Amino acid sequence: MMADIVERLAGGVPRRSMLLLAALFVALLAAPWIFNDYLVTVLIVILYLAFTGQAWNVMMGFAGQLSLGNALYAGLGAYIAAALFTRFGIGPWLGFLAAMPVAAACGAAIGFLAFRFGVAGVYFAILTIACAEFARIGFDHLDVFNASAGLFLPVAQYAHNDLWHLRGDPTMFYYVILAATVVAFVLCRMLLKSRVGFYWLAIREDEQAARAAGIDSFRYKMYAVTISAAITSFAGVFYAFFYNNLFPEQVFNISRSIEMMLGPIIGGIGTLFGPILGAFVLTGLAETLDTAMGAFGLDLPGAKQVLYGICLLIVVVALPEGIWPWLSRRLGLTGAWR
Amino acid sequence: MTALLSLQRISKRFRGLVAVDQVSFEVPEGALFAVIGPNGAGKTTLFNMIAGALAPDGGAITFAGEPIGGLPPDVVCRRGVGRTFQLVRPFPALSVEDNVIVGALLHRRDVGAARQRAQALLRRLDLFDKRHQIAATLTLPDRKRLEVARALATEPRLLLLDEVMAGLRPIETDRMVATLRELNRETGVTILLIEHVMRAVMALASRVVVLDHGTAIAQGAPEAIVRDPAVVQSYLGADLGSEAV
Repeated sequence: MMADIVERLAGGVPRRSMLLLAALFVALLAAPWIFNDYLVTVLIVILYLAFTGQAWNVMMGFAGQLSLGNALYAGLGAYIAAALFTRFGIGPWLGFLAAMPVAAACGAAIGFLAFRFGVAGVYFAILTIACAEFARIGFDHLDVFNASAGLFLPVAQYAHNDLWHLRGDPTMFYYVILAATVVAFVLCRMLLKSRVGFYWLAIREDEQAARAAGIDSFRYKMYAVTISAAITSFAGVFYAFFYNNLFPEQVFNISRSIEMMLGPIIGGIGTLFGPILGAFVLTGLAETLDTAMGAFGLDLPGAKQVLYGICLLIVVVALPEGIWPWLSRRLGLTGAWR
Repeated sequence: MTALLSLQRISKRFRGLVAVDQVSFEVPEGALFAVIGPNGAGKTTLFNMIAGALAPDGGAITFAGEPIGGLPPDVVCRRGVGRTFQLVRPFPALSVEDNVIVGALLHRRDVGAARQRAQALLRRLDLFDKRHQIAATLTLPDRKRLEVARALATEPRLLLLDEVMAGLRPIETDRMVATLRELNRETGVTILLIEHVMRAVMALASRVVVLDHGTAIAQGAPEAIVRDPAVVQSYLGADLGSEAV
């Protein structure tokens, strides 16, 4: 049984890719022993974006549906889990079990509206923005969630890491988000290699032709948006317990949604490694710029953003498919992870 | 033989233009049936109505005894109608094999089983050696064959082929004709094809319906059709020889 699953997961993957993947995993496992707390926190941000990027990629990269509002699902996850914790003392894992169906239902509702009534392409993207904005404004007025005053999780010094309540030091959070990223990666690979994955790609490539091949495109697009929302909601739970404060203005802000997309776009839309690689490159770039500008004593407001934007522009122009498809060819791993 | 597909007075209008006007014909199970006619005669519109891509404005389409007119294309496909597109539409970024796997998954949940089925079809259509190639990089004749393979992978009882010979060289046309004959003989699949290439129609079809300006002007065996004065007048021209390629 176990061997069967491993065989299915690893089937068709060249040995070199497996070795590379294993090396990366070991390096990530060892990271907290090598790096200080600050760098571990940077790694947490990277993995958080890799995780949310992977979820966004299910919709856009696999099924071809452009969502610009995935912050909605993370925000719902964050708020529901945080409110259950602060008001009823219910831990984040149970909170996630409560939040996930809500986020998934929201995704399904948006998907239903769009796919049933032929809202596609950029109009679908606008609908997703509108729903996230609706939530942002709505939560600003919901007293159950402390409205615009913000929802705060109690912060105290903990003698030991409490995994069950997600209270502890950055290292614990690091391993939680690392595990989540691995789970999301494995889950996405399994989906991609199964019937639903083939159907998503067919719909992404040509929906009419997909339907002519017997694919109920409505149903499979609904799966994509629901699964993406459900995965993203976990990121929200993590966010709430890591940062300990939630403001609708921040959590549901469109820039949160955009951050989630940048990794896969830079790394390679529709690939499994793209979101991870993209998150490393983007956050790494931002951190490097920070350090470099500090070292050179540059303190121009906005200069970092300009440089960051120029770097992104170069990547997008030079490698329109993203970095991973190019890099994997360079490494001789063509087609290894699609 | 009972009719697998039956069209009763089906019509389609696009605003003022009557694209298909009360066309009726029956395709018996196991037949090789061709629809011919000049450009703009309404052949593709007719196909799109059978395949569910367009809903007819009037008339009835019956497949295997059940009405299918106006059903969505995926439902029509699941009922047993496979199709190709006149302007080929393979899934461009997917490999040749993955394109066909998508079709084969209709009746199989397991990707491994679908892959086996896909490979068997790719062998039959001479695409096996190119199975790892990305579909977008194929030549037009190969893309046409790929469309046929993908449609066949859904295990249709009725296969709709929209000009799969157009743009093929005579030798490729003959090869395609042989493949389709073989498929028809071995699997019993009924084939309804739109075709301009008379060489293929004459070699393949047991029965032909001729459309002109949306109406069926003649119907019958291909040998009789090419001698029909109305058909010669509207479509073939006086000299059939020039159309043969």
